[in-house]
Amino acid sequence: MTDVLAPDSLESESMFVFREVAAEFERPVILFSGGKDSIVMLHLARKAFAPGAVPFSLLHVDTGHNFPEVLAYRDATVEALGLRLEVASVEDYLADGRLRERSDGTRNPLQTVPLLDAINTHRFDAVFGGGRRDEERARAKERIFSLRDEFGQWDPRNQRPELWSLYNGKHKPGEHVRVFPLSNWTELDVWNYIARESIELPSIYYAHQRDVFERDGMLLAVGPYSQPRDGETVERRVVRYRTVGDMSCTGAVASTAASPAEVVVEVAASELTERGATRADDRVSEAAMEDRKREGYF
Amino acid sequence: MSTAENTLAQHADAAETGHAKADLEQLAQRQLLRLATAGSVDDGKSTLVGRLLHDCKAILADQIAHVQTVTASRGGARGTGGDFDFALLTDGLRAEREQGITIDVAYRYFATDKRSFILADCPGHVQYTRNTVTGASTADVVIILVDARHGVLEQTRRHLAVAGLLRVPHVVLAVNKIDLVGYDQAVFKGITKDVTQLADQLGITDIQAIPVSALIGDNVVDRSPATSWYTGPTLLEFLENASGRSDLSAQPLRFPVQYVIRPQTNDQYRDYRGYTGTVASGTITVGDPVIVLPAGRRTTVAGIDRAIVTPTSTAVAERPSAVAGEAITVRLTDDLDVARGSMIVATQGSPRIRRELSATVCWLSDRPLTVGARVLIKHTTNSAQAVVTEIVGALDLDTLGVIDTTQLALNDIGKVQLKIAAPLAADPYSSNTVTGSFLLIDPHDGSTLSAGMITDHQPASLDEHLEVPVPIGS
Repeated sequence: MTDVLAPDSLESESMFVFREVAAEFERPVILFSGGKDSIVMLHLARKAFAPGAVPFSLLHVDTGHNFPEVLAYRDATVEALGLRLEVASVEDYLADGRLRERSDGTRNPLQTVPLLDAINTHRFDAVFGGGRRDEERARAKERIFSLRDEFGQWDPRNQRPELWSLYNGKHKPGEHVRVFPLSNWTELDVWNYIARESIELPSIYYAHQRDVFERDGMLLAVGPYSQPRDGETVERRVVRYRTVGDMSCTGAVASTAASPAEVVVEVAASELTERGATRADDRVSEAAMEDRKREGYF
Repeated sequence: MSTAENTLAQHADAAETGHAKADLEQLAQRQLLRLATAGSVDDGKSTLVGRLLHDCKAILADQIAHVQTVTASRGGARGTGGDFDFALLTDGLRAEREQGITIDVAYRYFATDKRSFILADCPGHVQYTRNTVTGASTADVVIILVDARHGVLEQTRRHLAVAGLLRVPHVVLAVNKIDLVGYDQAVFKGITKDVTQLADQLGITDIQAIPVSALIGDNVVDRSPATSWYTGPTLLEFLENASGRSDLSAQPLRFPVQYVIRPQTNDQYRDYRGYTGTVASGTITVGDPVIVLPAGRRTTVAGIDRAIVTPTSTAVAERPSAVAGEAITVRLTDDLDVARGSMIVATQGSPRIRRELSATVCWLSDRPLTVGARVLIKHTTNSAQAVVTEIVGALDLDTLGVIDTTQLALNDIGKVQLKIAAPLAADPYSSNTVTGSFLLIDPHDGSTLSAGMITDHQPASLDEHLEVPVPIGS
């Protein structure tokens, strides 16, 4: 470790994780949302198997409230790389009554059921997620290989010890393993790597003009799924997104950063965490993420 | 909105601006240090970690606001009545916050101008050895907390033993709550003497004692005026200057093969056959003679590749060599049967091929280990069946000697003999932490039973395994 620089060390660790899963599991899949973490994850997977193809398909749990730019990016990526994409659609579940719309309008928590159904239907035994431990306090407890029971549940009190780089992926039929190759990356590491590797992202990660209104200290985009209420005024502002989840619960930040390098500078100086700044779904309760993860959320 | 505003060409131009460039370069030059904490319940580990993160400015405004709100809603900080409960920065689970304890290892990230840190925040409470072993197995530094009022406890001995067994390069003894003993130098000296004696017996060579008060912040990031008798580094100064894991690149080459790449459908690479993996130790160079184990075949490194990926294409570029820690792809001159579980090694100082192992294990399961137990062993990229043929003894934490026993229970550290169903290329843990470590796994439910470190120390003999090469189809 002595002479290995942080970005190289993180890259090597992630590539090692991808290769372990490819070798030891039968039906792995990469959760791909078109967000920056899943894009970096796919980039690392491509590196791990070059010049061969990525030996995994992609799975997107589509809430129906996604940014159009992100869906366009997703489809272009799948096309360009010749990958197979499965889509689990929250909209389908709402249409036939298997799920009901929440009173707060956010659809992120609704993703759990379609995700678990897709895992069962396709018999996926390893599911890569782009989650990072620096994102949130419950995620800080997550292993790189995280065993889920037949209901997809995470039991934080009964996790396997994770020793050296010996990842234990053994599981019984019906169980699966969530794998987080970016566990040890921070938001700044991700942006530093995006800059270093010239990785293309959906345009909404960089400064652009958008009609927004302020709610709970966040700048929400005016769109089909989020409209200002009485007393909330719409302004045209220069903003960008730090995380890309649902349009209904993801806030923009005021920013003029138009390049990865400028974003690195901005993130390094930020006074707010990534999720604290822009994610309404994490503010629901003190343990919102933990509760969702226990149920099978990523 | 206009996507044209966001083309990568413009991004590249923007990167030329001085401020951004300097920052990127500084980031790219940072090295990573991995550390773990250990200590008994109520020694103040969570408070120390919270203090370290807070004073390194790794805690952002929304996290601080959150802690202030929760602290206030609970009537003040634990044990102090202050308005900021540092432990809330790290205790992430609902039950941890409700019970005021840390349940499982949490990983924290912070950085200074000099370094990036990954901190494994290990609880001292539930299944403590398991958690400490988890954190310490990858750590460059282990911080062991001792309450200045209580001195060395059984868990202090246990944590020191684990740090010694795992050969953690540096141990920091944080003598915490030094304010509660009136910043008394004699108390600090007494505990330091006790721990240093134990450390000597356990073979720990680098130990730094620091008097701290996590609650007040004495000697964590800022030097304390109340301990003018202490001239050593603050905790952060020590962490910024500690060297990383003993240099595995100085050891002979070990390259466990993870996965074989054969992109047959790709015209340009139709005949490509590459062996991927991470260099466990040593240096691998194009043209080097090497041996593929366990078969024992000699061959030569034909190429070392690293990936080149663009938005639409994937290719590889050759490079002359690679060192320990790098994830690469290796090509060989001969078409041998090389697969996951094979190990490519140096012709000098090659590892032994073993079907029997002597090892020290940390038993991590509720079910005790007895002689005759059938287990799975996971060693580098190999998995095989194994049988426990002997339990030699268990470590007595009071005397640090080995006592006779017929079984190992949860949290025991013991010496065992294993017989393995397939040959493994292995080194003693003392010379190579990657090829000397293994897991024992329950074959029925897949749970991890133990961490293992190979102890037998016979000299490696190249001739021994080359005498019985397994002929395979080349």
